[in-house]
Amino acid sequence: MLRFIVRRLLQLIPILLGLSVLLFAWLRALPGGPARAALGERATPEAIARYNELFGLDQPIWVQYLRFLGRALTLDFGSSTQYGRPVTEVFLERFPGTIELTVFAMVFAVGVGIPLGYLAARRYGSFLDSASVVGSLIGVAIPVFFLAYLFRLLFAVELGWLPGSGRQDVRIDATRVTNFYVLDGLLTGEWDAAWDAVLHLILPAIALGTIPLAIIVRITRASVLDVVNEDYVRTANAKGLATSTVRRRHVIRNALLPVSTTIGLQTGLLLSGAVLTETVFAFGGVGLTLRDAITYRDFAVLQGFILMLAVVYVLVNLLVDISYGLLDPRVRAR
Amino acid sequence: MHRRPARVLAASAAALTAVTLSACASERDDSGGGDSAEGQSGGTMVFGAAGDPAMFDPAFASDGETFRIARQIHEGLFTTEAGGTELVPALAEDYSVSEDGLEYTFELRDGVTFHDGTDFNAEAVCFNFDRWHNFEGLAQSPSASYYYQAVFGGFADSEDPGIYESCEAVDENTAVVRFNQVTSKIPAALSLPAFSIQSPTALQEYDADNLSGSEDALTYTEYALEHPTGTGPFRFESWDRGNGEVTIVRNEDYWGEPALLDEIIFRTIPDGNTRRQELQAGTIDGYDFVAPADYASLQEEGFQILVRDPFNILYLGFNHGNVPGTNANPALQDIRVRQAIAHAIDRETIVNSLLPEGAEVAINFMPPTVDGWTEDVQTYEYDPERARQLLEEAGAVGTTLRFYYPTDVSRPYLPDPAAMFQVISEDLQEVGLQIEPVALQWNPDYLQAVQSGQADIHLLGWTGDYNDAYNFIGTFFAEDQNNQASAEFGAFSAPEIFQALAQADAEPDPAARIELYQAANQLIKEFLPAVPISHSPPALVVAENVQGLEPSPLTAEDFSTVYLED
Repeated sequence: MLRFIVRRLLQLIPILLGLSVLLFAWLRALPGGPARAALGERATPEAIARYNELFGLDQPIWVQYLRFLGRALTLDFGSSTQYGRPVTEVFLERFPGTIELTVFAMVFAVGVGIPLGYLAARRYGSFLDSASVVGSLIGVAIPVFFLAYLFRLLFAVELGWLPGSGRQDVRIDATRVTNFYVLDGLLTGEWDAAWDAVLHLILPAIALGTIPLAIIVRITRASVLDVVNEDYVRTANAKGLATSTVRRRHVIRNALLPVSTTIGLQTGLLLSGAVLTETVFAFGGVGLTLRDAITYRDFAVLQGFILMLAVVYVLVNLLVDISYGLLDPRVRAR
Repeated sequence: MHRRPARVLAASAAALTAVTLSACASERDDSGGGDSAEGQSGGTMVFGAAGDPAMFDPAFASDGETFRIARQIHEGLFTTEAGGTELVPALAEDYSVSEDGLEYTFELRDGVTFHDGTDFNAEAVCFNFDRWHNFEGLAQSPSASYYYQAVFGGFADSEDPGIYESCEAVDENTAVVRFNQVTSKIPAALSLPAFSIQSPTALQEYDADNLSGSEDALTYTEYALEHPTGTGPFRFESWDRGNGEVTIVRNEDYWGEPALLDEIIFRTIPDGNTRRQELQAGTIDGYDFVAPADYASLQEEGFQILVRDPFNILYLGFNHGNVPGTNANPALQDIRVRQAIAHAIDRETIVNSLLPEGAEVAINFMPPTVDGWTEDVQTYEYDPERARQLLEEAGAVGTTLRFYYPTDVSRPYLPDPAAMFQVISEDLQEVGLQIEPVALQWNPDYLQAVQSGQADIHLLGWTGDYNDAYNFIGTFFAEDQNNQASAEFGAFSAPEIFQALAQADAEPDPAARIELYQAANQLIKEFLPAVPISHSPPALVVAENVQGLEPSPLTAEDFSTVYLED
């Protein structure tokens, strides 16, 4: 197991190197460039030239790349042109928000998706089954921003039940420790701050969780349908095991294997920046930051964030593979 | 048989309901406690901003969101009148100019202190002027000290050190600033937040000028991020970057009328529809740059739309085709073709149908409130018949023009670029021109393309920084290099225009300067490097109970007079 983990971590090195080269080339191929973006409507050619000279953007791309690489080895991704602060600092400030949002979205998607998918499979062909299939299709198809406006209109504007954007009420003077707002509230004993952060997560988490929810429902349903027709389930039933035992030990456990892969992939996707959700909910995570960084041609942020997110993505998938071992003894044995 | 999963579902549904219900209670408590019911004075206002500020040292800023906050914390020698563009005294009570126009003597206000308790005086003024002039390294980046470079030209160690010469603190309340060249930009430009007078003590203590953190990236200083220290009616309190909120609180020791609000929180909400919904939900008290399409419905719901006087210009730019490596249509070099286009556009209809109430047809490349504007220019009335005739004379009927317009953007002078493109295109096709549309994303793609001379004709505009003609027509049509204008207009060569602008800018006598600018406007309209289309008023929206916010044409709103009604 340890060897497996180490090997997977070593694979990160070529992945990151390759990605950094691609990123570097791609960003510099974009029209405009940071000077134009920073200097706005009335940038003179001289001002642009001066900017490029000051920030080393006039040098050959491989010189820029080597300099970037040299610094990146020490986890220094340079400074954001937009924020005027080190990229790593900005990342540590924004990433906790995205993790919180992802966790809430996945709890929602898994918590509702697996039972619903299971139920649909058990009642194969029933109204509930068809409803969940159609519902999940709609869930995948509906654009997140549309859902966001709809939710906010209903729950924030009309009913006033839930906050419609942001990570915390601006009138709450909360202490920041880890930048996980819920956790910070619990750590410092500021219960109202923690609770308020939870409330702020509900609407964006549901909006963001809809697509994984829909996918999980469908995968669970299909997977359970597969498993209940397996010989070993028939055997278990035939030898007189209690229905609940058969379900727990044989059906659910086996059916969850493909579901856990899906959960892992979806979590990775959500973590790598829920750009749209974070923008429409003014939720200060990496997605919102990346969106601005593209507009401002903030190379340092784009390079640093995307590389750090790639590491996260690989780690999440590693966790999924490890969880396989726990669910499936055959994988453990290998 | 199927009961267990059903219970799981029911339980999670119940949990969700519990959460939403208590959410309801908690939200009500929060907003109820926050909004003051004390009437005129006190309370917290939450204002929705479209973007984060960059930081709070305005000397290094050039964007609107930073300036909005900086204007409440900092003050310069001058400011502009509430709701207008006239220059009025702020930290300078009075000033005089020497005969040759090179020496400005500023009489400073007495009894003013910075937020750190230190005194504001002539030495502090000179400290700030010298600070700007002596910026080094990355502080000289045009993205950092944009306005200093635009107004003063250069730095102490530049090849061209610009127009600033020296500042002398003659006594406690008198500062004498010397320039080596006359410019019309002073004193109006000194009302810009970029020229705020900040506390020398704090600037030094928090290393305000040391902008270069790592070798090739700009890192703002501790001063700019955490300790901005000015003299304004509000003090900087905190910036919670993760949650996108800046808090400023009333300066109890303010020299003038103290602010009415206890506290203002600027909250970043990038998406326009979200800002609108948050206002409707009551979690913010106002926001800026309301979409004109929302005016009516917001008013119906009881919100106040505060329309600013227009201080901008939208124009249709022509490419004269002198930029190497571009292939502009040479037909535009013919004055008759440019005149035909000007006659073909029905600007009256554009203003009435596409722009918000209060918009005006433009006849100069600057709004009527700016000195130097004149009625006495060629106006090129809407006359499609005349346009067709001119095109025929020029042999340009059926000419195809690549018409560039931006997407994903709403500018104060151009709320709906696609609609504007559509209407103008139809007008031009009507008189016998062919249009090839080119739509690009605003920044940087569109700006890059049109400003490097890629378009035949394009839409662009400008919102003025301060009340000065040069800030408009100088920005557009002054000589760029080699006796040519900027690439945006195809580097046309019109020495008489360049000369008129330079002469007007260097004229020390205000009355004579106005006449020179009027003459320059006439020349520009004769040459027609572009067609001025309209001046369009941007607006703010605030909740029904928000009073005392005077909309400013320069977007220089002063929040110290704002109060919340019961």
